[in-house]
Amino acid sequence: MRNYLRARLSQGTPTVELGAGGAGLPERFRGRPALDASACNQHECRCLTRMPSAAVRETNRGLPVLDVGACLFSPDEAAACEHGALSFTRDYRMASRTRDGLVSPTGEVELAAALDRRMRSLFGRALRLRSVVAGSCGGCEGELVALSNVVFDAARFGVQFVASPRHADGIVITGAISTNMRTALERTYAAVPEPRLVIAVGACAVSGGPFRDSVEVSGGVMPEIPVDLWIPGCPPHPLTILDGLLRLLGRLPREADVSE
Amino acid sequence: MTASPVLRQALLPLANRRAVSIDAMATLGIERFRATVLDAVAGGWRVASLFGMPEGGNHVRLLAVLADDTRGRLAGATAVVGRYYPALTTECAQVSVFEREVAEQCGVTPLGHPSLKPLRRHPPDHLPPAWAQDEYDRAAYPFSHIDGEEVHEVAVGPVHAGIIEPGHFRFQAHGERVLQLEIMLGYQHRGVERLLESTDRTRAVLVAESIAGDTVIGHTSAYCGALEALARSHKSPRAQSIRGIALELERLANHLGDMGAIAGDVAFQPAAAFFGRMRGECLNLLMTISGNRYGRGLVRPGGVAFDITSDMAGEVRDRVKHLRREVRPVAELLLETASVQSRLDGVGVVTREACTTHGFVGLVARSCEVARDVRHDHPYGVFRFAQIPVSTAWAGDVLARTLVRWLEVQRSLEFVEEQVTALPAGPVKTHCGGLMPNEIAVAMEEGWRGEIVHVAVTDDHGDIRRHKVTDPSLHNWTALSVALPGNQISDFPLCNKSFNLSYAGHDL
Repeated sequence: MRNYLRARLSQGTPTVELGAGGAGLPERFRGRPALDASACNQHECRCLTRMPSAAVRETNRGLPVLDVGACLFSPDEAAACEHGALSFTRDYRMASRTRDGLVSPTGEVELAAALDRRMRSLFGRALRLRSVVAGSCGGCEGELVALSNVVFDAARFGVQFVASPRHADGIVITGAISTNMRTALERTYAAVPEPRLVIAVGACAVSGGPFRDSVEVSGGVMPEIPVDLWIPGCPPHPLTILDGLLRLLGRLPREADVSE
Repeated sequence: MTASPVLRQALLPLANRRAVSIDAMATLGIERFRATVLDAVAGGWRVASLFGMPEGGNHVRLLAVLADDTRGRLAGATAVVGRYYPALTTECAQVSVFEREVAEQCGVTPLGHPSLKPLRRHPPDHLPPAWAQDEYDRAAYPFSHIDGEEVHEVAVGPVHAGIIEPGHFRFQAHGERVLQLEIMLGYQHRGVERLLESTDRTRAVLVAESIAGDTVIGHTSAYCGALEALARSHKSPRAQSIRGIALELERLANHLGDMGAIAGDVAFQPAAAFFGRMRGECLNLLMTISGNRYGRGLVRPGGVAFDITSDMAGEVRDRVKHLRREVRPVAELLLETASVQSRLDGVGVVTREACTTHGFVGLVARSCEVARDVRHDHPYGVFRFAQIPVSTAWAGDVLARTLVRWLEVQRSLEFVEEQVTALPAGPVKTHCGGLMPNEIAVAMEEGWRGEIVHVAVTDDHGDIRRHKVTDPSLHNWTALSVALPGNQISDFPLCNKSFNLSYAGHDL
C-alpha cells in the first residue's frame, strides 16, 4: 500500500485540457495541412505526379484543391511542391460532418457542427462506441486506446468504448475496408440499435490512405454506411479525435474555438 | 554448426544490409534445395525467410534466407519449381507458415504439407503470368475440429471486445480447459507487398510505414536498409544514431504500453494507468523529433528526414532521465505485488524446444532462454558500436515475457540517454540513387516484437521485382496457439496480451 501511494503521488495529474489549437504540441507537429494558392505555380508544375498521396488534386477548371481526408500528414507531401505552397499547421482541429467539408482550395476544414437537439439529448452526456477495425495498420487503434488513458480521458466527457455493438450508440471505423473484413463490418453496423452514429477515423477509413488503390481494399468506408463524423489523420492525434467527438456532441467549451 | 562442403557450395553467403548479385546464387534442383535447407536447419541454422516469385511465364523461383545466429552469418539458396514440389514442412516445422504463404501468393502446391490452409485468404498475387487464376472463395477455410461428447467449440472474433485488430480464434475446449486453439487471420490484408513492388519510391515508403502502425520505425528502417544496400548508399553515423534512438523509443512505447495492458488484464489498475501515460510520453518524444507520435516521416532512404538539434537533444535527455526515475517504482509495484505474480506465473508457457522447432523470434524467444536478437546477432547501423545486452528469462510464461519487457525498457532508456548525449556530427541524409539491377538484399531489424526481415530483389532495369516482408508476428502467432492448450479459456486475453502480436504485420 505504501508503495502504491508513493507511486501514485509521483504521477501527479496528467490529464490535458482542450485549449486553443496547437498549444502544447511540439514545434514539428504536423497538424491540418494548408495550401497557399498564391505560391502555387499551376502552370508547368509536376507536383501532382510527385505527390505520394491524393491530398492535392485538380478541379475540372484546373485549380488545385486540398483534400485533408486524403492527406497522409507526411513531410514528403509538403516536399512534393517545390514552390512551398503546401505546409502543415499545428492546428489539431479538423473533424468534419461531411466528406466534402474536408476539401477546399486552402485546406480550411468545415469543422463539425453539433448533432440536432434530439440526438444530443440521447448521446450528449453518455456516448458508448464500438470499434471496428477493417484493413488498418493498427496505428489509429493505438490512438483510440490512448483516448481512454489518464491523459486524454475521454470518459470524463461520457465517451466510452464498449465490448458489443448491441451495447453501443455507434461505431468507430478504422482501416481502408479490406475485402476480408467487409462482411463483419456490415454485420456489426447492423447490430447497433438505431438511432446510431458512424465515425470514420483516419486517412484509411476516410479515403483509403496509403492503400487507396490496392485491389484488396475498398478505399475507405463504403457508401452503404452513412458516416456522421469524418476524422482525418495518419493516425489522427488523440486530441483531433476528442475534439471531433466533442464538437459532434456539442460539448466543446467555447474557448476551444478561439484560433491561435 | 559447421556446414558440410556440399552445403557451402549450395548456399550463397549473405549479410544484413549487403546486396549481392542474384546470378551468384546457384539455382538448385528442388531435391538439392530441400536437402540444403534441411541440412542447414539440422546444423543449427534457422529459416529467416522463404518466399516465391514468378520466374518466366510458367515457373516460380523459391528463395530461402537462412540465419546462423550464433556466428552472425546469413546465407541464401534458390530453386525453380513448377506447379508442385515436395514440401519441406514435413521435415522442418519452422517453414510451415512460409510454405502456406508461398502456396497462397504464387499458386504452387507444396505436396505433403500437413496443414496447407489459407494464410491470409486472398487470390494469388504473385502468380506466374501463364497460369490461370481460379475462382477464389474467401469463405472456404477448413477449420480443424475435435470430436467428443464433452468437447465444445468457442469462436471469438473478428470483432473483439476491446479496441483490437480483427482476427478469428477458435477453441476446442473440455470444460474450461483448452485442448486446441486455431487462429485464422487475413482480415487486415491490404496487399502491402504488391504496393511496395508496384508504386514509386516516395509512395512505397509511406506504405512501408503502414505495414504495422506500432512498428513504423522498425519496418521503415528495414525497408530503407534493403533499398540503401541495393543503391550502395551509405548513411552517416549521425543518421544511424538517430534511427537507433527512434527504434528504441518505439520499443519503449510499446513495452511500457504492454506492461500497462498486462496489468490491466489482471485488474491491477494503478500500474495500468501509470504505464499507459508513460507509453504516451515515449510517443511524445518521437513526436518532438519527427512531428508524429509514431515516428512517421522520420526514416527515409539515405538516412533520416529530421535532425535532432542540440537543444532538442538536451530536452530528450532530460525527459528520458525523468522517465527513468518514474518508471522504476511502478515496475516494482507491478512485479513485487504477490497477487500479480501469482496471476502471471505459469500461464501460457512456450518451451525452449517449441521455440527452436517452430523458429519463434524476438521477445517470445528471449522469454524462454533462446537469446535471439538481431541487434546482437547480425548487428547493423549504430548497434555495431553501441551494443545493447540481450535480455532473457527462462520460464517462457506470461511473467517471463513481462520481465523481459522490463529488462529491455531499462536497457533502451540507458541507450537513448547515452546516444542523445553523444550524437556524432555530420549530415543526417545522403543521396540514395537508383538500384543495381539483378541483385538481392536482405535487411533485418530487431523491432520491439522481434526480427523484421525485408528482402528486395531487383530486375534487369533496377526496378523492384519482389519485395518480401516478414513481420515477427508471422512466426509468433504459432507460439500463441502452442502456448494455450492446457490453459483455461479465461486466460486467453492475458496470454494474447503478453504476446501482443500484430495482425496487420502478419496480414500485410
